[in-house]
Amino acid sequence: MIVDVNVNLSRWPFRRLSHDETARLVAKLREQQISQAWAGSFDGLLHKDVAAVNARLADECRKFGEVRLVPFGSVNPTLPDWQDDVRRCHEQHGMPGIRLHPSYHGYRLDDPRFAELVQQATERDLVVQLVIRMEDDRTQHPLLRVDDVDVTPLPDIVAAVPNLRLVVLNGLRTLSKASIGQLAASGQVWFEIAMQEGVGGIGNLLKLVPLERILFGSHFPLFYLESALLKLQESELGEFQKRAIRADNARKLLSTS
Amino acid sequence: MIWDLHCHLSGVDGRTPDERMAQLISYADRVQVERLVVFMGFPWAQDPAPEEFRRQNDQVLQALSHWHDRAFGFAYLNANFPEESLLELDRCVRNGPMVGVKLWVARRCADEAIDPIIRQAGELNAAIYQHTWFKVGGNLTGESTPLDLAALAGRHPDVPLICGHTGGDWERGIRAIRSSANVSIGIGGSDPTAGFVEMAVRELGAERIIYGSDIGGRSFASQLAKVRGAEIPEAAKRMILGGNLKRMLLPILRAKGLPI
Repeated sequence: MIVDVNVNLSRWPFRRLSHDETARLVAKLREQQISQAWAGSFDGLLHKDVAAVNARLADECRKFGEVRLVPFGSVNPTLPDWQDDVRRCHEQHGMPGIRLHPSYHGYRLDDPRFAELVQQATERDLVVQLVIRMEDDRTQHPLLRVDDVDVTPLPDIVAAVPNLRLVVLNGLRTLSKASIGQLAASGQVWFEIAMQEGVGGIGNLLKLVPLERILFGSHFPLFYLESALLKLQESELGEFQKRAIRADNARKLLSTS
Repeated sequence: MIWDLHCHLSGVDGRTPDERMAQLISYADRVQVERLVVFMGFPWAQDPAPEEFRRQNDQVLQALSHWHDRAFGFAYLNANFPEESLLELDRCVRNGPMVGVKLWVARRCADEAIDPIIRQAGELNAAIYQHTWFKVGGNLTGESTPLDLAALAGRHPDVPLICGHTGGDWERGIRAIRSSANVSIGIGGSDPTAGFVEMAVRELGAERIIYGSDIGGRSFASQLAKVRGAEIPEAAKRMILGGNLKRMLLPILRAKGLPI
């Protein structure tokens, strides 16, 4: 069985997707032996009523039993009273983590609000998922172009919050090898494989990041789910490595909550 | 049967073309890719002088030398040097083992300077792969868009052409070449964004779609997923994954006596 740490519900703003209805998404996940999916919401990219986004996400995740959908709420620290969104994710919805989109919310990681948000999430024992990009910046809508997240300040922030558990989403296509190595060494930082590219990609990633910090992520339904699945086949991995990436590492990460 | 239209030696481990080719084959075996089309050597050059594209083609010829049962080569040419490109086309395709042409970003293909290359490649039944992109931030000076390729296709309606990357922004790329019946699309070298192949089948028909990966910069996995994951009939998948490329290359492969 597989734990997919990078799935989104609801509607991608620029295109209908074949699996943007949750029932179809869940059926596809189940068909591919994915037993658990950590789900954010596409609505979290652009909606300002984030509390409603997160309430819908939590409700939607509760509706389906065949695959365990684990909600990761959105928090936008540029909105007034964002602290209450963190509180609601934790206390009201029982979420184990939050998902951040700095590039869509218009702040940099050296913004003091980001450090404060990470600190508050960690005090509540929430996992923090940080999305580096959603799509290739060359193919974005001309009226909504956003840069990738600049991770330069991140190792210092990770080091300053010792109990922080950070999962980098959609980072492996564009982050340099040096950045990945530096981040991996800075604290409890995990990486998922949705945007890992290059022939034999996971094998190459294992030269930069310890096995226990690599998670299965698909970026489904914006990406074809088969992309992440086939990466496990393309690289020459032992059964122990496959089990760790497919599920064991993610389960351990959440079990420490 | 999977044939991969779009493979490079760049981005692959190995000191020599032979070492890199062996690496590519071992990964291809893991995902059941039977045949690889290889073009361009290493390091890359965007506007190569004749001696440079000859050097890169030599690297590919060397890489192919032990793998004629698994791999084919396309000659890397540069429309900024049409006369030298024609000589290289003779060397690599007419008199050598290569079966196609790769044109990258040196000069936009709407420019008529490219026409002698296209005519000669067409006479040889060589496949013609033209890189294209629609970059929202703007293309390189010599980088073609799918609209440039549509203009080229209009001047050479009897020559089959391949729209590399489908312009990257495939929703625009498919529309740009939709009415050019002699243009097929190469789907490799972009993110595995859901809906790409479904739209292409709907708008172009499966017979105009060719799977390729763009390894080593990309993975076989992410690019195969565009077809494996598409909600299209199995017969369409078979055409895209190999049938269409095989059909396109069949005349030149037979003429050269290469294994099919």
